[in-house]
Amino acid sequence: QCRLNVLITNFCSVSFFPQKNGISNGTLYKKTFIEHFEQAPMYVAVFTFVGFAVGTIFGYLRDFMRAWGLEKRNIAAEREQQKDFVPLYQDFENFYTRNLYLRIRDNWNRPICSVPGPQFDLMERVTDDYNWTFRFTGRTIRNVINMGSYNYLGFAETDVNALKTVTIELKKYGTGVCSTRQEMGTLDKHVELEKLVAKFLGVEDAMVFGMGFATNSMNIPALVGKGCLILSDELNHTSLVLGARLSGATIRIFKHNNMQSLEKLLRDAIIHGQPRTHRAWRKIIILVEGIYSMEGSIVRLPEIVSLKNKYKAYLYLDEAHSIGAVGATGRGVVEYFGMSPDDVDVLMGTFTKSFGAAGGYIAGKKGLVDFLRTHSHSAVYATSMCPAVAEQIIRAMKCLMGLDGTTQGLQRVRQLEKNTRYFRRKLHEMGFIIYGNDDSPVVPLLLYMPGKIGAFARRMLEKNIGVVVVGFPATPITESRARFCVSAAHTREMLDTVLNALDELGDFLHLKYSRYSKSSHPELYEESRLELED
Amino acid sequence: SAGTSLAALQRMDVRSSLSYLYWLFCQFELITCSYLMEPWEKLLFYSFNLALLGLLLYTTYVCVALQASSAFQLLCSLLANPQDSALAVVK
Repeated sequence: QCRLNVLITNFCSVSFFPQKNGISNGTLYKKTFIEHFEQAPMYVAVFTFVGFAVGTIFGYLRDFMRAWGLEKRNIAAEREQQKDFVPLYQDFENFYTRNLYLRIRDNWNRPICSVPGPQFDLMERVTDDYNWTFRFTGRTIRNVINMGSYNYLGFAETDVNALKTVTIELKKYGTGVCSTRQEMGTLDKHVELEKLVAKFLGVEDAMVFGMGFATNSMNIPALVGKGCLILSDELNHTSLVLGARLSGATIRIFKHNNMQSLEKLLRDAIIHGQPRTHRAWRKIIILVEGIYSMEGSIVRLPEIVSLKNKYKAYLYLDEAHSIGAVGATGRGVVEYFGMSPDDVDVLMGTFTKSFGAAGGYIAGKKGLVDFLRTHSHSAVYATSMCPAVAEQIIRAMKCLMGLDGTTQGLQRVRQLEKNTRYFRRKLHEMGFIIYGNDDSPVVPLLLYMPGKIGAFARRMLEKNIGVVVVGFPATPITESRARFCVSAAHTREMLDTVLNALDELGDFLHLKYSRYSKSSHPELYEESRLELED
Repeated sequence: SAGTSLAALQRMDVRSSLSYLYWLFCQFELITCSYLMEPWEKLLFYSFNLALLGLLLYTTYVCVALQASSAFQLLCSLLANPQDSALAVVK
């Protein structure tokens, strides 16, 4: 009975029709879970392949010309003495980098020269030789609307009043810590921050690290080892993948957010045990993320928790993008689904995205955190967090919890929610294909064709809007996208500017592939309304 | 998608077919990645495409013209003398 409901939920939500699921699956989901992963019409896939084919043919032509000296060689090449050895630069990745990525390279690694708030300043950069080298003209492009920074709650700000405590701590402690946590790097600021994080999340204890990526890659090897099983989502972040590989445990992948796939893997693991010896696995741990940053989808936490309780596995939840961004008071996906933090064994998150700082944390039971304090590579060898950064997190978290005496934190969370809903609704209405959950502030807009990636980013910059475009290999080869990160600091006017620009550009580049939208042409609707009123 | 392209024309305030043709050409450039090519690559690509198109048109013209003229001749002979035409064997 329960599994049939789960199947229906999955079929309905991961389908072409963005219909409401209702409170299906009875007690598990307390609110509707609507996700969209619409497929584009077939001709789009055909055109994408045509684009890649032409690009590949010209890539081979250019490589041929470079090899035969008809064109100047700017690329990395082996020395004469190495020519008889195994070639270094012939694999597909290098071919792709040389011939396809290089043509649109000017859309990435753009240096900015201001705080990455809702608007920022860019250094103007031109290329004379088709993206091989760049030079700065010295001019700054001012007040570019920022749709790419992970600034969900708008805490990346330079307001003097807001940063008062940070300035005090900076004057008191300086910037460097010059030691690791286990030697002399544990400051009272870290202890204060850890207590605050534990209170914020509603768990027993927490530990903070200096770098978010290193939190995942250095702590998973401490928690699992040989003889353990890791069940990791298909689209997990590189830090989780690296940590899983470094640990030496067996890794099995389940399809993205697909509970049938996960359950099948769990059943197989328990029935068959380890590969040769058929002994029971020492530990089974499920690695998932709160919000997946390339898809904008939210993890199905209630179902995963019920699966993990049934099959006695552990759950590691990476809330890098979801802490502060979802949930009624910004406490992440655990609060979003109305669950208790005791359901998740290891709560991990980063301070980079919603708190305007740097670093990560791991929270959970006191025993877990005490174990990590002694056994984590990051604790033993990595420099601890800078105290000024820790103070920034403390003030942001106090603001969110309301401990600073204002309701500013809650207002930011509400504003983010409103902005997300508005932005997503408008993009759906215009006819773009958007992936992900309706409540996630990460909005991927599908571009599909490689030629459009460069055109989109360049034209948006001409309109003074900075976007992040992503192609292969971060996404599947046919599904390149532009990823918008909505922020609480964006005003309605900024969002309207962006939406108008997107509308225009969508028409010009023919990006509105969705088959299920009602295209909103305000002038047409108003005309008909006037007629009816007469 | 026909509806949206029409709406696109309205939005762009395009009345002349020349602008529409330019827009179609831009789409062709984007789809085949010739938007990203250097000028000499574009020249090569377009001349190859035009040569292929010209060959296709010529072949179509020759084939279709030949077949059409032979079919027309057969029809004429049928209509002119229905008794002693090639199809008299069928009767």
